[in-house]
Amino acid sequence: MFKKFTKEDIHSRSKVKSSVQRTLKSKLVAQFPPLEEVIDELIPKKSQIELIKCEDKIQLYTVDGEVYFFQKFDELIPSLKFVHKFPKAFPTVQVDRGAIKFVLSGANIMCPGLTSPGAALPEAPGYEKDSIVVINAENKEHSLAIGKLLMSTEDIKSINKGHGIEMIHHLGDPLWNFSIE
Amino acid sequence: MSGLQSVLYCGVCTYPIEYCEFSGKLKRCKKWLLDNHPDIYPKYYSNDSKDDELPAVDSSIGVEREEKLEKSLKKLELKEENKEKRELEKKLSSKIIIKRESRTKRKSIVVISGLEILEIDMKKLAKTFASKFATGCAVSKNAEKKDDIVIQGDVLDQMDSYIHGLLEQHGLKNVKVEIIDNSKKKKAEAPKPTK
Repeated sequence: MFKKFTKEDIHSRSKVKSSVQRTLKSKLVAQFPPLEEVIDELIPKKSQIELIKCEDKIQLYTVDGEVYFFQKFDELIPSLKFVHKFPKAFPTVQVDRGAIKFVLSGANIMCPGLTSPGAALPEAPGYEKDSIVVINAENKEHSLAIGKLLMSTEDIKSINKGHGIEMIHHLGDPLWNFSIE
Repeated sequence: MSGLQSVLYCGVCTYPIEYCEFSGKLKRCKKWLLDNHPDIYPKYYSNDSKDDELPAVDSSIGVEREEKLEKSLKKLELKEENKEKRELEKKLSSKIIIKRESRTKRKSIVVISGLEILEIDMKKLAKTFASKFATGCAVSKNAEKKDDIVIQGDVLDQMDSYIHGLLEQHGLKNVKVEIIDNSKKKKAEAPKPTK
């Protein structure tokens, strides 16, 4: 999604009204329930959220100059900086060490990388298809990418072939390096 | 701060430090970590390790694959290094052109091109110029689709010294600055030089 992304893709920037900010926060909590206890710390009431509209109908939300989450169509997707702050709120999968290199260059994640001994998938029932997952790596503490499941985690276990997760955002991609000004 | 974590990001490759080995800039990342956070350095790298050695890990992917991975990472690092070298050379061989062009009568403008090697926001720089010289200043695209800064008024000499200072700040002292004065002829004809 952010293979190519530069300042020229920005269409407009605007400050978000506090009422809209409230609904945004509640939407975030609805999507990721564990966020509830820290949401006020992550996005204080007084902070100013900015909405940046970009090419391809991507919308970025920034808090104090840092991209915290973004949106394409309806679903809010947290950015990695945001995930690093409170990782346990998000559904997580783990890839093995051999996959890290490819993930960091933006590849989709293949099923075998998710089922090998170094990797970990959640127990059944797992996560549904199309849900947003945070991707962790073997022996690493922090997450390195965010993706969307192309099949449910149970399917990944049983089929074990082909693309498992569609890459959305990874360390070192243009969004990661993106900063306002 | 209750449940929140703060993550230390590497100053060189911007990744969380545990991913430095995959960035292709490991040598510099290690140096940065040692310089800036010597207390946590041993956690990731053993102290007596060589410069380009990868941090030790107990991995599950097997020795063979691990070796392959290591090799490809080394290759990546080499590639990255060469790329940086090339870029630096390109930077050093490029030059900044400061040009004065005459407009009507005694008025002139100054055009600066080739500033993109400084990697700073042109619009901001233009703004600084505008307030520094108290004139109008704008960013415009030139024939090669590169950004030019156009300043109203004759500020050639001040500009020259300012650019040199700027280059020094960025550690690019060897970049050439060329000054072209297109309005000199007219100036010589005029009895009193404009100032």
